[in-house]
Amino acid sequence: MELIQVLVAGIAQGCVYGLIALGFVLIYKATEQVNFAQGDIMMLGMFAAFTLIAIAGLPWWLGALAGIAITGVFGFCLDAFVLRRIIGQPQFAVIILTIAVGFVFRSAAGGVWGADPVSFDTPYGGLVVTLDENETGRTVIDAADLTIILGTLVLVGALYAFFRFTRIGVAMQASSQNQLAAYYMGIPVKYVISLIWGISAAVSCIAGILLAPKIATFDPDVGFLAITAFAAAVIGGFGSLPGAVLGGLIIGITEQLAQAYLPGEYARSIAPISGFVILLAVLLIRPDGLFAQIQRKKV
Amino acid sequence: MAESLPDTLPVSPADPVLSVRNIETYYGPIMAIRGVSLDVPKGGIVTVLGANGAGKTTILKTISGVMDPQKGSVRFEGAEIQGRDPDWVARRGIAHVPEGREVFPFLTVRENLLMGAFARSDRGAVAGDLEMVYGYFPILQERSEQQAGYLSGGQQQMLVIGRALMARPRLMLLDEPSLGLSPILVKEIFGIVRRLNEEQGVTMLLVEQNANMALQAADYGYVLELGRIVMDDECSRLLESDDIKEFYLGVKKDAVRGKKRWRRKKTWR
Ligand SMILES: Nc1ncnc2c1ncn2[C@@H]1O[C@H](COP(=O)(O)OP(=O)(O)OP(=O)(O)O)[C@@H](O)[C@H]1O
Ligand SMILES: [Mg+2]
Repeated sequence: MELIQVLVAGIAQGCVYGLIALGFVLIYKATEQVNFAQGDIMMLGMFAAFTLIAIAGLPWWLGALAGIAITGVFGFCLDAFVLRRIIGQPQFAVIILTIAVGFVFRSAAGGVWGADPVSFDTPYGGLVVTLDENETGRTVIDAADLTIILGTLVLVGALYAFFRFTRIGVAMQASSQNQLAAYYMGIPVKYVISLIWGISAAVSCIAGILLAPKIATFDPDVGFLAITAFAAAVIGGFGSLPGAVLGGLIIGITEQLAQAYLPGEYARSIAPISGFVILLAVLLIRPDGLFAQIQRKKV
Repeated sequence: MAESLPDTLPVSPADPVLSVRNIETYYGPIMAIRGVSLDVPKGGIVTVLGANGAGKTTILKTISGVMDPQKGSVRFEGAEIQGRDPDWVARRGIAHVPEGREVFPFLTVRENLLMGAFARSDRGAVAGDLEMVYGYFPILQERSEQQAGYLSGGQQQMLVIGRALMARPRLMLLDEPSLGLSPILVKEIFGIVRRLNEEQGVTMLLVEQNANMALQAADYGYVLELGRIVMDDECSRLLESDDIKEFYLGVKKDAVRGKKRWRRKKTWR
């Protein structure tokens, strides 16, 4: 296989990890909580899109947009009505709660949609871009890979602009950096945090929808992908949004390189865990992650 | 002349913007505020003096809604506000400038200031007020695009005062603005506090350990010890009071011995 193909596939895979990692980091920065249900929220988003597109028959783009919106509202409500109740409890309680919530989502999805793999059609699914063609073969790039990369670029740019230039976006940053001071400014901090959960859920859903044509089918366990994304967030410093995306890219590319170039049986066993090998290496060399913000955060 | 007056004057400002009545505030089982009452008249500067741990910060937090009083009431412009969320209280017109310069460290100075105006509905006036704040604190304009976390302590103190000003508050709560600043800077900050009061008409409740500066800046003062008000008077008279001189201003005089005193030791129970 051509190196360029491997790299593009790796970047695409890394973008998916990066987007899910973004979801983790957004919530962590705002609340110092780690949401272990992140992957399961992505899974629910994918099933929402599946229901709208494959069952209700909506056009792909409409089903995708509606699925993203529904998942966003769902994330908002999850914080406003469930997580909010245990505010002030020890960190540990929150972690257990999000793990439990993830379990509930997974079994609920199994109950509603069944455990069998499902899929929905994507307009560009199966299409390829041919880079080079000669007698020995063709060098092609998956359209799904390109869409993932393009989608990630657009989304990251939009998020950047949102957090940097809108009033509510800057208020979200402010609430993350110093919650008490944000209260003193009259910023409705609780609402802002729920909004961040909503954005985080919507971003996960986008990651899932972009991923769907790549993996062909998915089932309620698809959310376990988030474990690798979690490693990406840690590599990136778990507090840095660009770090999360870069962490994802590092893992995605490494996985694909290992898959393509390691000898047979090693490729199968090592590629899936290569992200964690990198995680270990990074933690040994730079315990704060590659992109940790140096300054101490208050409150 | 001061001796002929009773220890505590009944406060009777015509129309207090803020009136606190008999509040009791707890940290868990610990009672930090033990029945405090005070009034802040419109357009005035009122100070609460007290040593470390007297409960100054707790009073301000109870007013701004970060802590709820177990008993008592806080009235702002006639309406009871105790037990409300702090963001609600802020939107109502009270700006709390907390101790310890709580800036948003990764936002620029300008963004910090704009966050001060977050709750305002008259967005058109915000740009003008930004200029007004830069007028009082020119250094903030120079540093406007720098991250607030990289400012010096004094600059951060200016930033949090300027940020509170951006809300156009009708009452500003100032928690130890002099803490950790050089004497020159303390003078400068207090000068600006006075000017803000005179020129912008901001009513202030100022909490301080630096009795000298606070009494010079304020009109009326309360002395807080272990969660109780032990004395209150016009600042000009407090400055002349022997107890204040000895215990808060560090002036010792033999002449004050033997006179009737409201306490003998620093710790009052
Ligand atoms: N988070 C807390 N938990 C328990 N007790 C507290 C807490 N914060 C303050 N206290 C106690 O409440 C009392 C009043 O504290 P407060 O912070 O209001 O004092 P202060 O006058 O502002 O002191 P300082 O000048 O040091 O800022 C103190 O005895 C303190 O020990
Ligand atoms: Mg204090």
